[in-house]
Amino acid sequence: MKLLIHIGSYFLLMKRTFSQPEKHAILYRQTMREIEKVGINSFPIVVLISLFVGAVITIQTNFNIENPLLPKYLVGVTVRDSLLLEFSSTMVALILAGKVGSSIASELGMMRITEQIDALDVMGINSASYLILPRIIAAVLFFPILCLLSIMVGLAGGYLACILANVMPPGDYIYGIQYAFYPYYIWYAMTKTVFYAIIITTVSSYYGYNVKGGAVEVGKSSTRAVVQSSILILLANLILTRTILQ
Amino acid sequence: MIEVKNLFKSFDGEFVLNDVSARFEPGKCNLIIGRSGSGKTVLLKSIAGLIETDDGEIWYNDQNFSNMNARARQALRQKMGVLFQGAALFDSLTVEENVLFPLDFFTEKGTSEKLDRANFCLERVRVSGSNKLYPGELSGGMKKRVAIARAIALNPQYLLCDEPNSGLDPETGIVIDNLIKEITEEFQMTTIINSHDMNSVLEIGDKVIFIYRGCKCWEGTRKEVLQTDNEALNNFVFATNMAKQIRKA
Repeated sequence: MKLLIHIGSYFLLMKRTFSQPEKHAILYRQTMREIEKVGINSFPIVVLISLFVGAVITIQTNFNIENPLLPKYLVGVTVRDSLLLEFSSTMVALILAGKVGSSIASELGMMRITEQIDALDVMGINSASYLILPRIIAAVLFFPILCLLSIMVGLAGGYLACILANVMPPGDYIYGIQYAFYPYYIWYAMTKTVFYAIIITTVSSYYGYNVKGGAVEVGKSSTRAVVQSSILILLANLILTRTILQ
Repeated sequence: MIEVKNLFKSFDGEFVLNDVSARFEPGKCNLIIGRSGSGKTVLLKSIAGLIETDDGEIWYNDQNFSNMNARARQALRQKMGVLFQGAALFDSLTVEENVLFPLDFFTEKGTSEKLDRANFCLERVRVSGSNKLYPGELSGGMKKRVAIARAIALNPQYLLCDEPNSGLDPETGIVIDNLIKEITEEFQMTTIINSHDMNSVLEIGDKVIFIYRGCKCWEGTRKEVLQTDNEALNNFVFATNMAKQIRKA
């Protein structure tokens, strides 16, 4: 019953969020601000994690493919496909659910308990549209860029592992990441990322926007936002993978 | 003029507002007083439309707010200024941007015109020179002043204030009260102030309504507050031992 109430409230909030914005200039300005907060500020964490994960996948794959019958370039193929199919979309989305999701939920939660959202409503401003829509647009536009960045940096991480840790000949690695490449995989990763962007921003906004109480509840709603977003990302991953790669 | 007629509101089966009717005149400071939990914030938030009542009507001049659709309410809200208990300034915006906020949304004026209006409002509440500061850098009294400046930016007909001097020292509280009174008289606004501060009542209460356990228990002027026989109101007004002794004397 409680779940149904949450689902109903979530869709009612989304209806208000996607209603006609008061002024497009303000929506544009807010979206630019959110792109900086949600997107550009996430660059360092995505770069750092992707670089190390790319390097680690390369080392682990090389360690596990010791069979002399298997060519070395398969390491490159495995790293590329791991990044493209799963890490740079789903794993990065789970990381962003923690970083961006908790930030959205706690920011909106604080605005709720300090009556800033009431202040917007009482001015006659659609607070849901003003606060949530720019975040959704920013994430949908920018998360695919983060996904692409993660793929590139992850591949670079693998290359660096080849050179610096002397894991395998870099030439084999470069050949492997180009071997049997399906450009479709990039669209697959991007499509998943767009869905994840919507999940992270809307679920976190829902929990933040509906906070009641004080600072403790803001913390709890932030945790709930991250947990629920992560669960929904994993569920969406299963459904999207089954649907797109069928 | 704002009028509420037979308002009822309950939470979990318990009445918070029980058949409250009142009339708030323009150009006057109308005070709603009562103990904490008596229902005065629910009444003010119902008048502002932030809480839906179970029954009753709220009239803004000749417009029935209770029956309005969302679009009509949105239009009416542009004539309202609300001062929240904690000021509710937007943390991410500077003082100037906070005052410009409603102007950006609801006027088609040019940038310089909007800035002039924002500066006028800030000067009117005596906070000029702090335009580029963020709310976190302001004192409690300054925050309240900026919130008043934001509330009057669109030249509202109605000003609703929820405990405007809570958290302030008595002297600063009176300054804020007097500022609200000056603005009310200058712009002939219908001002409703929620308070449990007797200093405010005695300083600016042109009309005082006492809410007790969700009901309107008493109504009168600030002079009459001190001479009433209403027991609940007397217990509220003369709550301290010293006040009781002064009354006896």
